[in-house]
Amino acid sequence: MTTATAFPRPFAPGRFRARRLCALGIVLLLVLWLVPFLGIVLTSVRSIYDITSGNFWGWPRDPQMLANYREVLLGTPLGRYMLNSLLIAGVSTLGVLVLGTLCGFVLARYRFPGATLMFALFVAGNFVPYQVIMIPVRNLMVTLGLYDSMAALILFHLAFQTGFAVLFMRNFIGSLPDELFQAARAEGAGTLQTLRFVVLPLTRPALAALAILLFTFIWNDYFWAIVLTFSDGAKPVTAGLANLKGVFFSNWHLIAAATVVVAVPPVAVFLLLQRHFIGGLTMGAVKG
Amino acid sequence: MSETPRAPALQRAPARGRVGKRTRRIAWLAPALLMLPGAALFAVVVLSSAVQSLWISLHDWDGFGGMRWVGLGNYAELWRDPAFRVSLRNNLVWFGMFMLAPPLGLALALATSQPIAGFRTMRSLFYLPLVLSSVTVGVIFSWIYVPDYGLLAQIWELWGGVAPAPLSSERWVTPAIALAALWPQVAFAMVLYMAGLTTLDAEQIGAARIEGARGWSLLWHVVLPQLRPVTLVAFAIAALGSLNSFDMVSVMTKGGPYGSSSVLAWQMFEQSISSYRMGYGAAIATVILLLSSAFITLYVRRMVRP
Repeated sequence: MTTATAFPRPFAPGRFRARRLCALGIVLLLVLWLVPFLGIVLTSVRSIYDITSGNFWGWPRDPQMLANYREVLLGTPLGRYMLNSLLIAGVSTLGVLVLGTLCGFVLARYRFPGATLMFALFVAGNFVPYQVIMIPVRNLMVTLGLYDSMAALILFHLAFQTGFAVLFMRNFIGSLPDELFQAARAEGAGTLQTLRFVVLPLTRPALAALAILLFTFIWNDYFWAIVLTFSDGAKPVTAGLANLKGVFFSNWHLIAAATVVVAVPPVAVFLLLQRHFIGGLTMGAVKG
Repeated sequence: MSETPRAPALQRAPARGRVGKRTRRIAWLAPALLMLPGAALFAVVVLSSAVQSLWISLHDWDGFGGMRWVGLGNYAELWRDPAFRVSLRNNLVWFGMFMLAPPLGLALALATSQPIAGFRTMRSLFYLPLVLSSVTVGVIFSWIYVPDYGLLAQIWELWGGVAPAPLSSERWVTPAIALAALWPQVAFAMVLYMAGLTTLDAEQIGAARIEGARGWSLLWHVVLPQLRPVTLVAFAIAALGSLNSFDMVSVMTKGGPYGSSSVLAWQMFEQSISSYRMGYGAAIATVILLLSSAFITLYVRRMVRP
């Protein structure tokens, strides 16, 4: 008999009942774990009648498959907020990918005085509490005339997320086999050629993972959204949702519909590309 | 990645005669230019802002007019401010509750790590709270905490109790908000441990099993020591998260009722943006930075160490 070397010990082959019981337990746990989210999805198709009569958890009595969604998308600026967020998150993500790859490449492959300090600053900057840079960043955007514009948010995310991207890309590029770079040098490739023909093709999966993470981080940002914008034309969807929560007050069917709409893009990205997402997250946070 | 041979130093670029000199300068120039945009932007927006904030905290400033030097006056005022003490105490509650995230995350990771067909998909569904915005989580839990009809009230009623309204109770509001914030935090710890479990040393575990170790004792004496680096990161990130507890408070209570759910991050925002007391707000920010710095250092040392 071989000794299991995995922890926890996998089921012995053939123990179907134990296996099935375990699976059942996990499914129950999962449903319990996701009850908050499932409940809000269910509420988003409830009628006002359910809400006023307190039927939050029973079967919807007059399900409104689309009415609530139509109302929040057409009757409020939610659609506009969605567009703003898409633009802010999309543009910032692309920019951060470029800046982060460039810095990460140099920090991983060139030794120069102060390189370690620079890398440490990038990593530490990632964890600087937002409040510590809030006032100066806000002033900077006012001075630049960008306050209350999407450009302010894009510029901020571009700068801030570059820290995370550098951490991520430096570690990834540093883990590529050194022979590749020696070979490139032997062929007489310069910095730009190495970047173009060695680094870029090999980092494509890492870039995909990073892009997903960045998009989610930026889409979900709330603090900078309310610090740097206030008008509907510039406001991202997180700040918009917080507003709508106040406006709708206790019309939970509408709040729920708006909440689901806001959650759809990150959840969709996650479900479609979960392997990249999880791989990226653990790589960014743990490996050093 | 620590095993990768070090990149050759730039100084070792070919240096022979005039041509060599030029090559060397160019070899230095290209990487520097590549670094410049990212590094400059990061330095201006993030690093210099942090330093400026420290400077502002030594002044009385409404954000528009001139700044008036007050030295440590703002900090002295903080010391006497009862609202500051409430925030500090609430942050402590957040911290205590967030310390539950790593053990709970580990428990979920262990529970779902059986290699059974279909588990992979199910496991990643556990990560779902992680991709939800904190605003989304805040709204969802506000609705769970609705008096009378909310999930919490309904559960209470099952036991015949009087339905509580946690968000309007000065005593329960902070634990209620922190509990909501714990949801994604546990998911994150679970992701970390899930990755950690795949890197366990199979030989050690096999050997320990032959010695007769099983269950808890195997977990405690063999598995947990191997997971130490993950545990460290999980606790550091949870600690930092508990200090960065702005979003949920803002969405769920705006610090209420009567300021009882305020935390440092919220008080800082309110003082600066709503009361135009930038210097005072900056002083609170400094306190947050000081409290975070131990955990930031811990994390950075782990990431940067060769």
